[in-house]
Amino acid sequence: MKNIPISALIGLFLTALYFLTALFAPLLAPYGVAEVVGDVWEPSRIEIMLGIAPEGFTESDYWLGTDNIGRDLLSRMIYGGRTTIFVATAATILSFTLGSVLGFFAAVMGGWVDQVLSRFVDLVMSIPTLIFALVVLSVMPVTIPILILVMGLLDSTRVFRLARAVAVDIEVMDYVEAARLRGEKTAWIIFREILPNALSPLVAEMGLRFIFAVLFVSTLSFLGLGIQPPAADWGGIVKENKEGIVYGIPAALIPAVAIATLAISVNLVADWVLNRTTSLKGGRG
Amino acid sequence: MGPALKLVVQRVALGLLLLLACSVLIFTGTMILPGDVAQSILGQSATPEALANLREELGVNDPPVQRYFEWLFNALQGDLGTALTNGRSITESIGSRLSNTLFLAFWAAIISVPLAIFLGLLAVRYKDRWPDKLISAVTLASISIPEFLIGYLLMYLVAVKLRWFPSVSMINDSMTLGEKLSSIAIPVAVLTLVVLAHMMRMTRAAILNVMQSAYIETAELKGLNMFQVIRRHAFPNAIAPIVNVVMLNLAYLVVGVVVIEVVFTYPGMGQYLVDHVSKRDVPVVQACGLIFAAVYIGLNLIADVVSILSNPRLRHPK
Repeated sequence: MKNIPISALIGLFLTALYFLTALFAPLLAPYGVAEVVGDVWEPSRIEIMLGIAPEGFTESDYWLGTDNIGRDLLSRMIYGGRTTIFVATAATILSFTLGSVLGFFAAVMGGWVDQVLSRFVDLVMSIPTLIFALVVLSVMPVTIPILILVMGLLDSTRVFRLARAVAVDIEVMDYVEAARLRGEKTAWIIFREILPNALSPLVAEMGLRFIFAVLFVSTLSFLGLGIQPPAADWGGIVKENKEGIVYGIPAALIPAVAIATLAISVNLVADWVLNRTTSLKGGRG
Repeated sequence: MGPALKLVVQRVALGLLLLLACSVLIFTGTMILPGDVAQSILGQSATPEALANLREELGVNDPPVQRYFEWLFNALQGDLGTALTNGRSITESIGSRLSNTLFLAFWAAIISVPLAIFLGLLAVRYKDRWPDKLISAVTLASISIPEFLIGYLLMYLVAVKLRWFPSVSMINDSMTLGEKLSSIAIPVAVLTLVVLAHMMRMTRAAILNVMQSAYIETAELKGLNMFQVIRRHAFPNAIAPIVNVVMLNLAYLVVGVVVIEVVFTYPGMGQYLVDHVSKRDVPVVQACGLIFAAVYIGLNLIADVVSILSNPRLRHPK
């Protein structure tokens, strides 16, 4: 674990910070998630410190100001991060478990199993993910488990393609053939022979899929089809405060900072994992 | 029939088959999933009689296969059914909205495609030097923020703080082209930013791939100048990958439009779709889903056909 580049360290640190904040949200948030504490869109302490607050305001109790009905924005951002990160993590875990197991299975079995699975994935991927999610959510009740299920299933198609492509290369290796000749079962070949060797590209991809899930759940919530109020999440905060933009109130832009920093830090970590694994392969020849 | 033509015909047939399968998927996705459409339209307090009437009206009682074929044949004849919420013909509502959406996507494409190819070439030319690094840093940042937030960011800066363009993009038929363009300036800028990042990265990768092949090195070694190498050797081989990149991103643009239209309350297909998803108006959602899928599949089809046609090995059979 020596020689971690500085960019990856920053990425790791920020990612850990976000996950810890999500985990300990009730301890860190100064106010409750739905608690009305002040007036509508009070300026933030940061704006006052920078001297860009509207005239007449010299002090504020709120680091990020208040939202469209006077709730503390910092608390909502912390709780919102918790929801967003939880949904995105759960969807990523689901898509990886399902996508990689089916991808390995298709590669190991080959033949018609591979054909049926691959063509079905091609079909699902030929419809844009957002459109497909909207079509499904138009008939399903929008709850968190259904959201996770829809996001995870749609995203597993992409993981399936990667896992299958990686596994097809591994499947022709001598040690897999040796395992076959020993008489190992398919499950053993998938989990004991292919999985350990396919792990690093999958882990790097996992970072990207997680970011995609964060962006996706934020988009759905922004469209009013994701996390339902009064629960907070980053996309929902934008939706609630968007009217303020026209009056020059930047409350709706705060989630942009959170999403962008989280996305960039996870990307930095994923890049490092990917580089490390590719250089390892280069070293092995 | 030459092999190229045969491949094109095969690819088009495959595209049509895919579209048909998509229509099945969209239809089953909305009809067979556990969820009572009538119940969700009328709410929990609906009387059993009202539910039964609505189910009858929706035709939910007919066998699904029969309903699917009725829906498909009507759609093929241009009749997409009527909206549940206001009883108006979906085809009429979609007509003007589709042209608005295409108008927005068209201008975004006109600006972003040449810009992306130019910047991609720039990144290749100055590979691993500061222009390349700057371009990849900016693309990383713009990939990391969702489209709708880029939209509000630009709206806040350009429309509210600088007051250059309106923050809401209303357009109607009585406006001149100039007024329309001024009204969609910010959404076009957002869409351009969003697809630019992807397109640039992919163009850079595609051209680098060509430039690193053996025949380019041979051409350089036999003394051709840089311009000749690019014109005679690199460019013809880069057409297929670049067209692929462009088409993939135009397809991406079609989806990005959905969210951006909601941000700028632009009267297009995307807003229509999102509105009716929250109202649970299934026929509208099916129709919009089918149209978006058709455009997406169509663009991918064009990309494949162009790459088949630009391959000299297929054009001049041995």
